[in-house]
Amino acid sequence: MFISTGSGDPSFKGFTLIMPAVSVGNVGQLALDLIISTLNMPKVGYLHTDCLIPMAGNNPYATSAEDASQLSTNAEVYSHSDLKLVVLQIRTPIIQTKVRSFRKSLVSWIKSCGLVKTVLLSSSHAYQRDDRQLLGTSLRYLLTPSLQKVEGQRVEELGWREMERISVFPDIPDSEQRLYIPGGGVTKALYTDCCTEDISMAVALIFCSEGDNIADAFMLINHLNDWLRLLEKPTQGSVQWRVPPSWSLLFGSGIPPLIF
Amino acid sequence: MATFFGEVLSVYSRAVEEDDDDDLTQNEEDEQIRREIEEKRSVRVQWMSQTDTRSVSCSHLIIAVGLNATGFTSAYVLSCGGWSAVGWVSLWNERSHSSSRTDSAPVPGQPACVLYQQEHNPSVMMCVCTCYVAEDQLFQWAEKVLGCVQKRALTVTVLSDCVLAEYKASDYLSGNSTPFLRALKTATYTGAVACPLLEQPNIITGLSAAVLSHCQVHQIPAVVYQCYSDVTHPDSVTMETYKAALTGLSAAVKMNRCPTSEILQKFTRVSEVQSNLYT
Repeated sequence: MFISTGSGDPSFKGFTLIMPAVSVGNVGQLALDLIISTLNMPKVGYLHTDCLIPMAGNNPYATSAEDASQLSTNAEVYSHSDLKLVVLQIRTPIIQTKVRSFRKSLVSWIKSCGLVKTVLLSSSHAYQRDDRQLLGTSLRYLLTPSLQKVEGQRVEELGWREMERISVFPDIPDSEQRLYIPGGGVTKALYTDCCTEDISMAVALIFCSEGDNIADAFMLINHLNDWLRLLEKPTQGSVQWRVPPSWSLLFGSGIPPLIF
Repeated sequence: MATFFGEVLSVYSRAVEEDDDDDLTQNEEDEQIRREIEEKRSVRVQWMSQTDTRSVSCSHLIIAVGLNATGFTSAYVLSCGGWSAVGWVSLWNERSHSSSRTDSAPVPGQPACVLYQQEHNPSVMMCVCTCYVAEDQLFQWAEKVLGCVQKRALTVTVLSDCVLAEYKASDYLSGNSTPFLRALKTATYTGAVACPLLEQPNIITGLSAAVLSHCQVHQIPAVVYQCYSDVTHPDSVTMETYKAALTGLSAAVKMNRCPTSEILQKFTRVSEVQSNLYT
C-alpha cells in the first residue's frame, strides 16, 4: 500500500500520524493542506491503492515555478522528522464497494508503522446536531482507550468536549447509547476498528455544513494545534497558516466579461 | 450539475453518509455474491494470438481515451497503415452493451479497448479506448495494461479529452483559444512537452489519472495530454489539436498530418439538433 518516493522505506517509528476522513465539507483534508503547506513538509511516499478514485495534478503546495511541476496523486504521505510528524493526505473519495477493504489496509499500515499516536481529522453534519450539541463549541474529540490513558487528562485541561453518544431509540429513556457521526465518512468505523485493535487514535471533528469550509478548516487546525503544538502560537493574534495555491478558484473560474 | 444545455453530469456530493449496513451480518451468500460481482467486473488483457502472453517489450505506449483522442489516433495514425490489432482489454460494467462479459475479440464499431502494435517496429504500441471504464475498474485497468508491457525503457503517452467547463482559470477564456492542450508528466519523464503544463488548481481524473498515477508510483516516464474543448461530440478541429502531442514522437510514430475528409468523416459527427424545447 505504501510506496516510498525514494529508495528504501522511511521509518515512522515514534511519529504521530495525522490523517483526514473524507467527510462533509472536506474539512479534514483542508486542514491537512494547511499543515503540509505551512510546515513545508516533503513528500515521502504514496498510498497506492485501488480503493480510492484516481486523480492527478501538479504540486498543490507549489512555492515557485520550479516545484510547480511535481506531480501529485490521490493519496500521499508527507513527513517532518524534526516534529516527528507524518501526514497522510487523501484527495479523492473512497470507492463505495471498497470502504471496508480500505479501512483494513489503513489499520494494518498504521500498526506496521510503530506510531506513537494517530489523529483523524473529520467533520459531521451540523444539521444533525441534537439539542445539547447546538450550544457551545462545534468542536468535538474522541480518544481510543489506549490513548485515553495517556492524553485524557491533557485534553480535559484544554477544555475539549467529547463527542456525545446518541440514544439508539431517542424517545425511549435509558435505551442503549451509540456513537453517531453522520457525514463523517469512515470516521466512526475507523475509530471503532482502532478501539478493537488497541491502536492509540484521537478523532478531532467539527460540526459544519457544505459550502465554503475554509473557516471550518482553520478552526479545526487551530484547535488541533492547541494540543499538538505543531506551530508556536504568537502572543498576539493567531497562528499564520499558509494557504496553498491549490485553494484558488474553489468556486469556479473568473467571471466572463460578456455577461455584463 | 448541468454543463451544456440539456447535459447533466453526475457529480459526487462531498457529504458522505455513514455506512451502517457494512458491518451487519455478512453471511456466506453475501460474500459469494460479492465475489461473483468482483469477478464479473474484473479487467483482463487478452491477446489475439495465443503465443505471447508474457510481458511484451515496448518502448512507446500511446493510450487514447475519449471520442476525440480516439478519433485522432484512428484518423491520423492508424489510417497510415502498418498497425495490427494484437489484443484487447475485456471488461464489463453497467454501461457495456452486453449483459455479461464477452471474451471474444471486439467487433469494429463497438466500444472497446483495442491494443495495436506497429508492424515494422513492434516495440511501439497503441491502446485505443472507446468503451467506458467504471471508477472501480480504473486502477485495475492501469495495472493490467501496464503490467503486460515491460517497464524497461518504456515511455507512456496518454491523450485524453476533457470538457472546457472543467478548466478553471482566473481570467475567463474566450472562445477563440479553445480547443487547447495541457500536459501533466511524471517525475521520471525527461522528454519535451508540447504544451504548457496543467496549472493548479486543475486536476485530471478518470483513466488518464489512473495511468499517470501508476506510472508516477512505479517511476515510469509518462505524459498526459489533456485537450480541453467546448464541443461534446467528436470534431475535426479538436482532433487536430492532438497533432502537437505526437510531434515529439514522429520518429517512432508516423502521422498523416492532413487526412482526407473521407477519413475524417468516419470519425467525426456533425452536431444535429435532434430535439429541443422549440421543435
